[in-house]
Amino acid sequence: MKKIVAVLMAGLMVMGLVACSSEDTNSSTASSNSSQASTSEASTADESSEVLELSGSVTTGGSTSVESVVGAFIEAFREMYPDVDVTYDPTGSGAGITGASEGTLDIGLSSRALHDDETGLEETTFALDGIAIIVNNENTVEDLTLEQIKGLATGEITNWSEVGGPDMPVVLVGREAGSGTRDGFESIVDVEDACVYSQELTSTGAVIAAVASNPNAIGYASLSAVDDQVKTVTVEGVAPSEATVQDGSYQIQRPFVFVTKEGAELSDAAQAFIDFALSDDAEQLIIDAGAVPLA
Amino acid sequence: MKLKKATEKIMNTVFLVCGFTAVAAVGLITIYMIISGLPAIREIGLIDFLFGTEWASTAAEPKFGILPFILTSVWGTVGAIIIGVPIGLMTAVFLSKVAKPRVAAMVRPAVDLLSGIPSVVYGLIGMMVLVPAIMDWFNLSNGTCLFAAILVLAIMILPSIISVSETALQAVPPEYEEASLALGATKIETIFKVSIPAAKSGIVAGVVLGIGRAIGEAMAVMMVAGNVANMPGLFKSVTFLTTAVAKEMSYAGGLQRQALFSIALVLFCFIMVINGLLNHFLKKGGAEDGK
Repeated sequence: MKKIVAVLMAGLMVMGLVACSSEDTNSSTASSNSSQASTSEASTADESSEVLELSGSVTTGGSTSVESVVGAFIEAFREMYPDVDVTYDPTGSGAGITGASEGTLDIGLSSRALHDDETGLEETTFALDGIAIIVNNENTVEDLTLEQIKGLATGEITNWSEVGGPDMPVVLVGREAGSGTRDGFESIVDVEDACVYSQELTSTGAVIAAVASNPNAIGYASLSAVDDQVKTVTVEGVAPSEATVQDGSYQIQRPFVFVTKEGAELSDAAQAFIDFALSDDAEQLIIDAGAVPLA
Repeated sequence: MKLKKATEKIMNTVFLVCGFTAVAAVGLITIYMIISGLPAIREIGLIDFLFGTEWASTAAEPKFGILPFILTSVWGTVGAIIIGVPIGLMTAVFLSKVAKPRVAAMVRPAVDLLSGIPSVVYGLIGMMVLVPAIMDWFNLSNGTCLFAAILVLAIMILPSIISVSETALQAVPPEYEEASLALGATKIETIFKVSIPAAKSGIVAGVVLGIGRAIGEAMAVMMVAGNVANMPGLFKSVTFLTTAVAKEMSYAGGLQRQALFSIALVLFCFIMVINGLLNHFLKKGGAEDGK
């Protein structure tokens, strides 16, 4: 009986802690959002007062990779226009583009540029995503070409000595199927469904921790999440940074895109949402969400 | 008087409602699992789903074969039982028959504490200590493997094996042991030839409880097994049934998501079978005690 009580108490305490911490993060994001919103209100208020009375709904959907960025947009946008209901349905870039062209979505979300055969659509890039290639701090490799990264990922290169590193086996650490970072890495390096993983982990933090603890490891992680636990290699001689992603010289990057139907009239609410996402106010939201704002 | 009667009635209803909450929860979960798990199985085909050896849920041509997960879960559990049962049984014998009361009073709380440690802590220590150690011992390029998961699971199932077996061993009538000793058997002979056979069904119940815990564990296993959908190998990165569901659920959509529910349904069936076995052995134990 005592044991049960003790376990219950421990459980309650843990739940209490979780509740506290989540409340903390909520309140902090809420406050940052409200400050965000108040500045934007200040900037839009003098333009016209009728904009503030926008109502209706905006349906968006598509890429799962943009979830954190668009989620932040939606939260901040709701502060400004409480009557507008913005929805986001994570279905994948392909479905987002199809949805926009078929008119089932007001705004399609894609984490890749449109292909040439996807016509009749307009794309508006609202953020960029850089993916860093990370290795263990003990690894002496400093630079990799895209071709070498491809070889390392597909298992063609099995020893670090083949790319100028120490005589150690290569261990690829990555994300689980369905992850946006995995999808981004595999599509940019052109190794879709061909990677030979040794570990598939469920968060960027776990990938970084795994690479930090295994001298043989190579992994990929969102640029904003990388810290000095691991070494970031340069790709084709370019180190990843906000600046090199913005000017396009760092190659492992992709755009986050709003896809809308060409020539179709957007609703006021949808237009306001896009305008907000492209405004200076959105910049901090993009950075906080781990992406790179446009230059 | 009337008030008393009313209170009785109200309390009766309260107890009844509480009792039915558990039943309703089980019923709802079962129905939900079946409804959400069947569509993908129907679309993929039961044979392809259960016996397909390849899982590539987001590939251009997705493959949904869960045989690697099933076999990994089975081998992982078997491995944990092979390591955990001897240790657990010996500990139970030690606590109930051999140890001096003072020593037993020190070991027992430790065992209880072991059962209270959250699985994420097991996983964390496995990840930080065990995985690098395995890499070192066996000279592997990557330490996350089935073997690491087996070791973690073996430790995790110890408390259930120990506490249930200990109770069963303590319930063995002292006359049996006294008779054995009186006939000239040594203490060790008595334990292995009289006490353990007499407590057999209780010990088996403890083992089955351990199997249930091992097969249902997700968090700790996810942190040490590597989570790649390989066919099981002792030093290969593997995915268990539980981790297959847990790792992909957050971003899954469409058929992939439905297939994850189907995996959960398969896992649910495993647990049901194990629970059935457990009830069987517990009943048998009860019947023997009643004799």
